[in-house]
Amino acid sequence: MAKKALLYVILIVVAIICAGPFFWMLSTSFKGSENIYEMALIPKHPTFANYVGVVEFLQLHKYIWNTLYMTFFGILLDVGFASLCAYPLAKFDFYGKKLIISALLVTQILPAAAGLIVNYITVGALGMMGSYWAVIIPSSVTVFSIILFRQAYFSISNEVLEAARIDGASEIKIWYRVMVPQIMPTVSTVIIFDFINKWNNFLWPIIVLDSDKYPIAAALNNLKGAFNFQFGYIAAATIISIVPIIIVFVFFQKNYINSVAGAVKG
Amino acid sequence: MAGINAASSHIPTENNDRPAKKINKKLRLTFIAYFFMAPALILVALFVIYPIVYSIPLAFTDYSAIGETHYVGLDNFKRAFQDQGFWIAMKNSAIFVACVPVLQILSILLAVLVNTKLRGIVFFRVMYYIPVITSMIAISIMWSFIFNQDGIINSLLLDMGLIKSPIYFLADTKYALFSLMFVTVWQGLGYYMMLYLAGLQSVPAELNESAMIDGASKAVTFFKITLPMLQPYIWFCTLFSLLAALGVFDVVFAMTKGGPDGATMVMNLYTYNKAFQSFEFGYSAAAGLVMSIITTLFSVLIFIYGRKGGSGNG
Repeated sequence: MAKKALLYVILIVVAIICAGPFFWMLSTSFKGSENIYEMALIPKHPTFANYVGVVEFLQLHKYIWNTLYMTFFGILLDVGFASLCAYPLAKFDFYGKKLIISALLVTQILPAAAGLIVNYITVGALGMMGSYWAVIIPSSVTVFSIILFRQAYFSISNEVLEAARIDGASEIKIWYRVMVPQIMPTVSTVIIFDFINKWNNFLWPIIVLDSDKYPIAAALNNLKGAFNFQFGYIAAATIISIVPIIIVFVFFQKNYINSVAGAVKG
Repeated sequence: MAGINAASSHIPTENNDRPAKKINKKLRLTFIAYFFMAPALILVALFVIYPIVYSIPLAFTDYSAIGETHYVGLDNFKRAFQDQGFWIAMKNSAIFVACVPVLQILSILLAVLVNTKLRGIVFFRVMYYIPVITSMIAISIMWSFIFNQDGIINSLLLDMGLIKSPIYFLADTKYALFSLMFVTVWQGLGYYMMLYLAGLQSVPAELNESAMIDGASKAVTFFKITLPMLQPYIWFCTLFSLLAALGVFDVVFAMTKGGPDGATMVMNLYTYNKAFQSFEFGYSAAAGLVMSIITTLFSVLIFIYGRKGGSGNG
């Protein structure tokens, strides 16, 4: 019994270290500007003023909209194109298959020494600079997603595929009628991974977008410098930016964590 | 029903596939395969493979935002090796590697701690994981606030009489880099904990139990059974976090921008600044290439290890 209690004490202490800063920020976001450094975790005079302020004065909703827009289309392209691409890589026997697979795997090892520069030049050459698509397109399809989808197709038996072919179904029809329904767990994994990555993305948007098109993380980075005296606003904006991620994570944590752990084994 | 009929009429010919027909079928599938793969492969080629390849010649030019581009041979590399800032950045990136053992040891201990069936353990695991999924910008805001001269750490230390004047965690050249390393460890803890937990859960429970029955103490079981079983995970995680430490960028960009006075300037921020502040693309590519060569050596190690099938396919 004493041992169990000790275990819980340790667990709670670690939880305070890991999650403490989040609760501290949450508490700060409800404090008035005069008592921002007050030590009490529960504010004496809690107020929603900071939340109202970030929306009214900093137009946080605009940045959330930007984030949702870029996140949505980025995920759509990744799920659509990566799952379509992985299908023949898993199930077809075709010329050049080994070469394509090797090329994809090599990208996972070799870093691009000047990747940001080259993509910056490419995006400029395509005339996308400053538009949402400059963020959506370059990071849309990830090799990681293709690999995840390929693994998923492997677990579908070939007999299903052959039966559908004998039935005379077209390949594209086989893909979306027979294959896609069976890889839905992986679809949701990819959506969660992409959602977290794209929601938290800040560096590339800062490079290619004007600040009024920034996603939330990039906007926060701007805010931090420009608004140092109104810390309550920043705290509220930070909380708003974190909450969707935490909700998604808590709902899908089992699926997500299995995939993270699976990636090591793969 | 049609399926069965079709099957019975087709299977015999399929079994006696003549070579020509087989090739025809493969050609047809090849055509369809590339049709399916085209959108993804075009995007990957343009935004993933092309940058890897084109970065290399770029390093031998004076490409910049203005003026003509010339081939300059090894000039960029000579300049980098003579630049004090380059070596400071190299040194700081190397110091960052000290995060790796700390992070791995703490993560293993944490994984052992949460590898129980206690009530509410999933809740704790989720709590420990939350920093991993949070954007570095949000994290930098939280920690800048906590590290502030009026922040909670300084208030506590002052109240306890441990210090006489506040510590400038991020603004003092003595502490800044270590503060960033602390945040890095704090953020990575949950990630590696989950990986090690997966490793622990693949250890057959009977193994630990039989050791216990044999009268082995907890410590002996840990060192003689748990650690050896975790070895493939330790290997992978160490190399993975080594790469992350050498390539550290986000935490520095978000919290100190390399300051104060270059105390937290790391390699990736150095190349970033050369590219997007002074627009010396060619030079930045050269500095990046030096770094890439170093990190690639480590990645190749991981890859070779992974191909050996250190922990099976999953």
